[in-house]
Amino acid sequence: MVTNNLLQVQIGTTVRIQSFEGGKALASKLRQYGLFIGDQARVLRMGVFAGPVLLEVNGREIALGREIAAKINVETI
Amino acid sequence: MRFALVGQPNCGKSTLFNQVAGYKAETGNFHGTTVTFTESKVRVSGAVIHLVDLPGTYTLEGTNPAEAEAQRYLGSEQVDVIINVIDASHLAQGLELTLELMTLNRPLVVALNMIDEAKRTGLRIDGPGLQQRLGVPVLPLIANKGQGVLPLFSKALDVSRRSTPRIDNHLEAENDVKRHQLAGELAGQYVRQGERRITWRDRIDDLLLHPFWGYIAMIAILFAFFQVVYGIGSSIEGPIMAAFNGWTDQLILLVGTKTLWAELLFGLLQGISGGLAIALPYLIPFLFGLGLLEDIGYLPRIAFLMDGLMHRLGLHGKAIVPFILGYGCNIPAVMSTRILEEKQDRFLAAALAVLVPCSARLAVVFGLVAFYLGPLWALAIYLFNILVIALMGRILTRLQPEQTPGLILEIPVYRIPTFKTVFGKAWFRVREFLVEAWPLLIAGSLALAILTYFNISPALNWALRPVTWFLGLPAETGVPLIFGVLRKELSLIMLRQALGGVDFAAALTPLQMLTFTVFVVFYIPCLPTLTTLRRELGIRPMLLIALNTVIVAMVAALFVRGLGALIL
Repeated sequence: MVTNNLLQVQIGTTVRIQSFEGGKALASKLRQYGLFIGDQARVLRMGVFAGPVLLEVNGREIALGREIAAKINVETI
Repeated sequence: MRFALVGQPNCGKSTLFNQVAGYKAETGNFHGTTVTFTESKVRVSGAVIHLVDLPGTYTLEGTNPAEAEAQRYLGSEQVDVIINVIDASHLAQGLELTLELMTLNRPLVVALNMIDEAKRTGLRIDGPGLQQRLGVPVLPLIANKGQGVLPLFSKALDVSRRSTPRIDNHLEAENDVKRHQLAGELAGQYVRQGERRITWRDRIDDLLLHPFWGYIAMIAILFAFFQVVYGIGSSIEGPIMAAFNGWTDQLILLVGTKTLWAELLFGLLQGISGGLAIALPYLIPFLFGLGLLEDIGYLPRIAFLMDGLMHRLGLHGKAIVPFILGYGCNIPAVMSTRILEEKQDRFLAAALAVLVPCSARLAVVFGLVAFYLGPLWALAIYLFNILVIALMGRILTRLQPEQTPGLILEIPVYRIPTFKTVFGKAWFRVREFLVEAWPLLIAGSLALAILTYFNISPALNWALRPVTWFLGLPAETGVPLIFGVLRKELSLIMLRQALGGVDFAAALTPLQMLTFTVFVVFYIPCLPTLTTLRRELGIRPMLLIALNTVIVAMVAALFVRGLGALIL
């Protein structure tokens, strides 16, 4: 088990969300999109030109901009 | 009796609303297409019901203005029954809002929408079991096909007549984290899920979101879209224009040109033919195509692809929504900036979105430049426009150096659009042109006829002469530019009238056509857009944005004039 932020994870990896950096507002925003600490997620794609990370979580696909993805710490499982 | 439709973004509330109320709300396979609420009277088994469509919200504790709106409404107005629409494929997610709604202790009915799609992906939902556990009615619904609509409303009527049972305190969660767990447990209990399979969605996304082919596909799709709109539009514009020109010539022989009545008659003809020949032939295929792209779910994919590049404008991918909507009309574009959380993002997105050539300006670009100089020149104007917007984005972000938090956006599944919703949406927008813009256009043409007859135009032209002189345009273009503030199509239709109804090619050089069009594309968005800006952002931002567009228009048009003088 290695802890990384979402940007450091390979495409296709399944991860467990460990923590959010960057304050309460962002955490609650992420929860609205179905990202909760402890949830499993899978990294589906990464955009080019510093594009977003596409994450599958709870059956939905959520695109996260780089600066947000960098604030999500995950462990690979 | 008032029913409110509440649900998370993109769960199909507006589709349900439109099924019941006829086409009144904007829908699209995209978050946040409904930013204000729409109310309509409907009749269900003899009872008259006010049905309200609220903007999609993930939670009642929402943070962006669209979400705050839903929350305010449920708190303030007298709502008799809340109809909670859930995307059946995402039950766990949907139940979080349901659990929150249950704490309001209001009559509540839950509709599991798109149940057919959930079944297709292998989900089996135990509706009756869920209903028993929640203690509120749970009904299946396929809103886009109209299935289950009547039972849903009958049940809602039923519920409104009974007293609301207290919420089971096992279902009360103290915060969103607890609620998430509870909803997850409920979904785990009542949904059986097959293995995740590679679906056709994944295969399409492999291409459309591909780091290289995705962009090629995007350009190809947008280019094809553009070509089709031009092909259909131009093949209709020519014959209609020729017919009207023929009638005008015959009328001149009949009534002469010197009387006020003759001028008014010509004005009327110009106004009618302008709408019929120049605006509608491009508007209808454009809106139809945009609706198709929206409902399929392609727009969020564009947001995904463009996020990195949008950052260079100081915005994130979500701000692509106002941009794309802007090509249809700047008004919904400005309204859709509400989906952005930060005030500064909204200002920037609005300031840039009003520079996007809306379908009214499309009429000018196509009717003048594409028709006389060829479609490649029209494309060049569109590309130039994108360049200018990119440049403006960079400049404006420099002035507001704060960082914005970035993109969070759900990429929805693809949906096969039904003809009914796409047609309904196109008609909804075309009707707006027919009842609001076209009469204004005709009135504008009549006003211009009066100006010409009483010889007032020269005074106005003289007042605007510094601008037109600077741009190397004939003085007669002054009045059309003034009227263009009312509606952008007016500037083209009135230009024809102002130049004496002759062929543009005889009165303007190609360079003048380009300069005029570029100026029209950028300068002050139309009056209705200004009103929307004031409502959304306030009077000062509105004035700033309007001033900005004039400066941009002057600089861009001068640039084109200078460049054209060198190479043409």
